[in-house]
Amino acid sequence: MQTKRMTYPGRFLPYALLAPQVIVTLIFFIWPAGQALYQSLLREDAFGLKTTFVGLENFARLFRDGSYLNSLSVTAVFAIGTTLLSMTVALLMASTVNRMIRSRSTYTTLLVWPYAIAPALAGVLWWFIFNPSIGIVPYMLEMVGYRWNHRNSGSDAMLLVIFAAAWKQISYNFLFFLAGLQSIPQSLIEAASIDGASPTKRFWTIIFPLLTPTTFFLLVVNVVYAMFDTFAIIHATTAGGPAQATNILVYKVYADGFVGLNLGSSAAQSVILMVIVVALTMIQFRFIERRVNY
Amino acid sequence: MVENRPWANLIAHIVLISGVALVAFPVYVAIVASTHSLSGLLQGTLPLLPGGHGIENYTRMWQSGVSNAGAPPAAQMLWNSFIMAMAITVGKLSISLLSAFAIVYFRFRFRMFFFWIIFVTLMLPVEVRIIPTFQVAADLKMLNSFAGLSIPLIASATATFLFRQFFMTIPEEMLEAARVDGAGPLKFFKDILMPLSVTNIAALFVIMFIYGWNQYLWPLIITTDPDYYTIVMGIQRMTSEENPQWQLVMAAVVMAALPPVLVILFMQRLFVKGLTETEK
Amino acid sequence: MASITLEGLKKTYSGDVHAVKGIDLQIEDGEFVVLVGPSGCGKSTLLRMVAGLETITEGTLKIGDRVVNKLEPAERDIAMVFQNYALYPHMTVYNNLAYGLKNRGFKKDDIEKRVRIAAKMLEIEEFLERKPRKLSGGQRQRVAMGRALVREPAAFLFDEPLSNLDAKLRVQMRVEIKQLQRRLKTTSLYVTHDQLEAMTLGDRLVVLNAGQIEQVGTPMEIYARPASMFVAGFIGSPAMNMLPVDYLNEQGANGLLDNLPDGTDTVGIRPDDMHLATPAAPHLIVDSTLALFEAAGAESHLYVTLADSDQPTVIRVSGQPPVAEGETLRFFVTRDALHPFNSTTGKRTGD
Repeated sequence: MQTKRMTYPGRFLPYALLAPQVIVTLIFFIWPAGQALYQSLLREDAFGLKTTFVGLENFARLFRDGSYLNSLSVTAVFAIGTTLLSMTVALLMASTVNRMIRSRSTYTTLLVWPYAIAPALAGVLWWFIFNPSIGIVPYMLEMVGYRWNHRNSGSDAMLLVIFAAAWKQISYNFLFFLAGLQSIPQSLIEAASIDGASPTKRFWTIIFPLLTPTTFFLLVVNVVYAMFDTFAIIHATTAGGPAQATNILVYKVYADGFVGLNLGSSAAQSVILMVIVVALTMIQFRFIERRVNY
Repeated sequence: MVENRPWANLIAHIVLISGVALVAFPVYVAIVASTHSLSGLLQGTLPLLPGGHGIENYTRMWQSGVSNAGAPPAAQMLWNSFIMAMAITVGKLSISLLSAFAIVYFRFRFRMFFFWIIFVTLMLPVEVRIIPTFQVAADLKMLNSFAGLSIPLIASATATFLFRQFFMTIPEEMLEAARVDGAGPLKFFKDILMPLSVTNIAALFVIMFIYGWNQYLWPLIITTDPDYYTIVMGIQRMTSEENPQWQLVMAAVVMAALPPVLVILFMQRLFVKGLTETEK
Repeated sequence: MASITLEGLKKTYSGDVHAVKGIDLQIEDGEFVVLVGPSGCGKSTLLRMVAGLETITEGTLKIGDRVVNKLEPAERDIAMVFQNYALYPHMTVYNNLAYGLKNRGFKKDDIEKRVRIAAKMLEIEEFLERKPRKLSGGQRQRVAMGRALVREPAAFLFDEPLSNLDAKLRVQMRVEIKQLQRRLKTTSLYVTHDQLEAMTLGDRLVVLNAGQIEQVGTPMEIYARPASMFVAGFIGSPAMNMLPVDYLNEQGANGLLDNLPDGTDTVGIRPDDMHLATPAAPHLIVDSTLALFEAAGAESHLYVTLADSDQPTVIRVSGQPPVAEGETLRFFVTRDALHPFNSTTGKRTGD
């Protein structure tokens, strides 16, 4: 990795400058990660008195455990649902805003602010409007003959958390799609229209393919978001229920470790999550590097 | 481009207005709900127009909170949130500026090693190492303190990389001219580098402030003393009750959402710059 | 003010890249020396070594009587004008000039006085409160000069300071730099790749090629007696024509080439020394065809193809001679216009 052509000589100063960052990282990131790794190989007895080394047994148990396998598939459904819903709405909004001239910045302002709302609050907001007894949406659904109840129905609960998670992420996706659209040279679109392509055709044959880098980048970011940043949405609303229907992986790590006090299993789950983040980060970085060369 | 499709514009506006409405709807409902009495809310369906209990609800939430649900007054929780958000923001910015300065403007042993240590933080979100991190904080006696709320969150690979990238774009001659002018490393940092980074610092400030304000899991586990509750996590205490006082919950939600939303609205240009340049 | 002494200066980059391969040079107090050469010849590296911006791999550098090899740039008592000016964009012009003085602990009113004097000298007084981005290229250049001036250093170092200016401004600033240096008599080391700039500015030129000195001398010495084929080709525009001795003999040299120094196999002829009219002195005669006629106002360049040769050759004549492209031209060269070279060593022969 490069530095400047000319640098300051440093025996002591650079280390001092780096120290705060490195110390915080070591104490609160590296050390706990190492602890998780270590604990994932141990098992505590019921009273927490004796720990024994069990090798990869905790991992093996996890993959035999129905509730963990359920959590994996719940996470997949949740991540895919959130990503697709949020990105589709955002792309529709961004491409429509992009054709506006005078009203563009007004619409942009009106669409970006939900980014500021905490995931926990997003969860509470949607929990409230879908509240089976006083919520407005179940009332309207009832009129078309659907009895909404996310307290009993796993699929209703899943839809609810997907709505809340996707809603909060629309602003982010919208801004990146808009930036991507604005970087497409106007001359390409003009050339396509001289070639006789209709607006719809222009979108699918010119604009959408040129947005591929943005789309791919957002796919990765949204999956990361849905897998890791949505803990608060689940915790503040369904708490993983009903019947584990919304028990996504990050929530399960917390519930098993903090509430269930099953440290070995929770640590093993942490390690698996770390592997997933590392993989996703690698994908993202490789991809960003490629994008720089475009 | 000449496009003679008058109806196309109309449709576009309809699409956008419905989009904006859809996005705003949950918050609108919250604002409406925060102006009714609890009995008004429980009467049957949720009213869609504001009621007359707004001032009462907000005053009550602000001054006394919901004590039977263990939620302190909103004024105090907002203040706690503000302190935490500012501490995280200022902490992240300062330590990232210093590390980026070291990495770009010095050559020293183990430079790559340190770079990787910082990089690793990207891959260890607090959610995946929550229990051991909690143990460390507990061992360091950081539970129920502002230090505990903020310090474990101030390491930032993102900010460090952003500043590093920005420093790399500053012409080489800037440092050379400064050295000919007799500026040592700290003087160069203070007189040249910091002033040149002002816009970047401001853009990141917006992003980091929102990040800090919206923290949930960490405050949830590290505070048991209501004196240290932040507003975002405090709301959860109120909703987890058997029969939540929805009008107060929604008043708290509106108050919790207002500061970061105002930050975005008033600093939209900086916010967009910060967001798109950090790429998460 | 001081002299600058370079003794066996070398710069080797990691691995085996020799950017500067041993330079000995004495720059006298108050002298204006120009380092000139093509890009990649090591001239900028050499200047930056003097400034303290590059470390010195080997050799000794003295400013005055002081060995400064290990000193920080700020401790060398030099000032530098950068190619892209390197003005601090967030500071006013005044503060740009004052920054170096402040860092050296000058008193406030002393700084004020020096900045005013420099600003007056460079005619930038009215811009003192502006930020650099509000200035034109020429004005920024003056500010960059001003930053060097206020310090009253032992030496000025210029790193291609005019290359970001348009042609007209470049000529104007060149004259101003020369006048300024004459007035202040500050030792100056100036780097450029532009041979015209080098010729017009320098008391002495140092022609560099591939990290080594090809020739040192006054501009006219170098122009009149280039020490190598490289210097001959680099200094003077259009470049000197190089013709093989054998070829000229075949064309009929009237014994004019018989007493060239030993080892001469090529002679160089400046485009202005090739005449269309018969001179009185003994001369060579060469026949050619005019391939391209280039009128440049007061003078014209004739690009010709020599008879029985594919050697590209240029002739410079004043005014616009009545010749047409495709026409056969005969030109004449006198004995004293020939520069003898050996094409294997690339050096001038005889002396």
